[in-house]
Amino acid sequence: MTLIYDINKQQAVVNKNTDDTTETVLSIRHLYKSFKENHVLVDFNLDVSKGETVVVLGKSGSGKSVLIKCIIGLLQPDKGDIELFGKSITGINETELDKIRAKTGFLFQSNALYDSMTVRQNLEFPLRRHWIKVSQQQVNDMVMESLEDVGLAHTVNMMPAELSGGMRKRIALARTLILKPEIILYDEPTTGLDPITGKEIIGLMMEIQQKYNTTSIIISHDMNCVRTAGNRIVILVDGMCYACGNFEQLLKNTDPKVKQFFEGI
Amino acid sequence: MNESLAITRFLNEAGETSHFIARFFRQWFKPRFELSEFTRQCFVIGYKSLPLVGLTAFIMGLVLTMQLRPSMIDYGVESQLPAIVGIAIVREIGPVITALIFAGKIGSSIGAELGSMKVTEQIDAMEVSGTNPFKYLVVTRVLAATLMLPVLVLLGDAISLYGSYLGVNIRGNTSFVFFWKQVLDNLSFSDVLPAFIKSFFFGFAVGIIGCYKGYNSSKGTEGVGRSANSAVVISSVLVFILDLIAVQVTDLLNLY
Repeated sequence: MTLIYDINKQQAVVNKNTDDTTETVLSIRHLYKSFKENHVLVDFNLDVSKGETVVVLGKSGSGKSVLIKCIIGLLQPDKGDIELFGKSITGINETELDKIRAKTGFLFQSNALYDSMTVRQNLEFPLRRHWIKVSQQQVNDMVMESLEDVGLAHTVNMMPAELSGGMRKRIALARTLILKPEIILYDEPTTGLDPITGKEIIGLMMEIQQKYNTTSIIISHDMNCVRTAGNRIVILVDGMCYACGNFEQLLKNTDPKVKQFFEGI
Repeated sequence: MNESLAITRFLNEAGETSHFIARFFRQWFKPRFELSEFTRQCFVIGYKSLPLVGLTAFIMGLVLTMQLRPSMIDYGVESQLPAIVGIAIVREIGPVITALIFAGKIGSSIGAELGSMKVTEQIDAMEVSGTNPFKYLVVTRVLAATLMLPVLVLLGDAISLYGSYLGVNIRGNTSFVFFWKQVLDNLSFSDVLPAFIKSFFFGFAVGIIGCYKGYNSSKGTEGVGRSANSAVVISSVLVFILDLIAVQVTDLLNLY
């Protein structure tokens, strides 16, 4: 992976080495998204390969969450194209989008566990809603496997309100894992957690990545998460992919807009 | 300047609500009906509201009878008390009071529940899980509210009339059979039908406003509180407006 930084265009172009034969899971081309006069994403481009972990780094309100919500189809971009697993998700019908979503995990910043359901029901929900044909015994096994992956098998009959912040994050991760997604989108996975629990969650994300060879896109401004988990880091400034590279490359970057993220490290 | 801003805001809100209602009808007729969630909502919205509706209806019937009694004695028509109370309850007081209680209990709970689901991204999580959240959350709740309120009104009317029977017997001695005969002899189909039909509209108004306010809740806990509050206020006012329209329509059709 090489970092090409074109200051005139103010846009980092993400290039892969020519010998890179890995499959591209996600491809974003010329993405624009605005909310009234607020231009959140401006000609954003990104390619993500299978098994890669890309961290999108940016200030609060820079459009990181908008980006992954566009990727999963929760927000419609104004312009541009997003291809997930080789299929464009812009203007796609609901059934096709659901098929793509079944292969995509999304860990919400606020966990988004259903308050009125037990942990088991929370985990069963995506299985039932995607109409995956499995017996009740298989459902039970899948629920327990996901909970064991996050080390919380004993919470199966508990309500989300009975769990701590870290446990809720793990359960949300278990719910994301239940469909064995090929790509997982993490929206600020360590926000609101103490540093120790934050490290545990990062460790868990890396374990999952290794165990299932998932592709990951992590939205974060937690530098520990950025350093530990990211194969590649994309810096989002003014709605654009401003710079891109691995942690060491960006750490040495002298551009003030890039440098500000790494000050104090 | 402020007035024009308020008018613009009101028109915007009215437009968005109309759009929401149109979306409800579009989604309702789309396949994959959420039967289990609809049944659960009927239980939560209908069955669980019965104790509150029953209690208020009972007190209403009892108090109305006790308040009317002295005036009826003054006019020398005390024997007509069950008939008068029966018509008042079935035609007007039963549906309107039940709808207001329903708006307070169900409108606020739907507004707060959907509002908090919205701000904690649970609605987005549902969408990502292959669920159409509008169909799953809004269509089921609005249909349950529309169908359950008329049932509650009928039950509330019966409980209210029982309260009235007890009220009549506090200072009198009327048999149960005679009381009900008096009530039913003076009620006609044209008393019951318009009241029953308008309660469907009341239920729809409470359900759709609760869902609209909750589903469009702004970020934060303050927004959730505001959604619950405005759901109750707007649906209560709508109940009176719909009642006014229902009276005019019934009058035009010469149903009374």
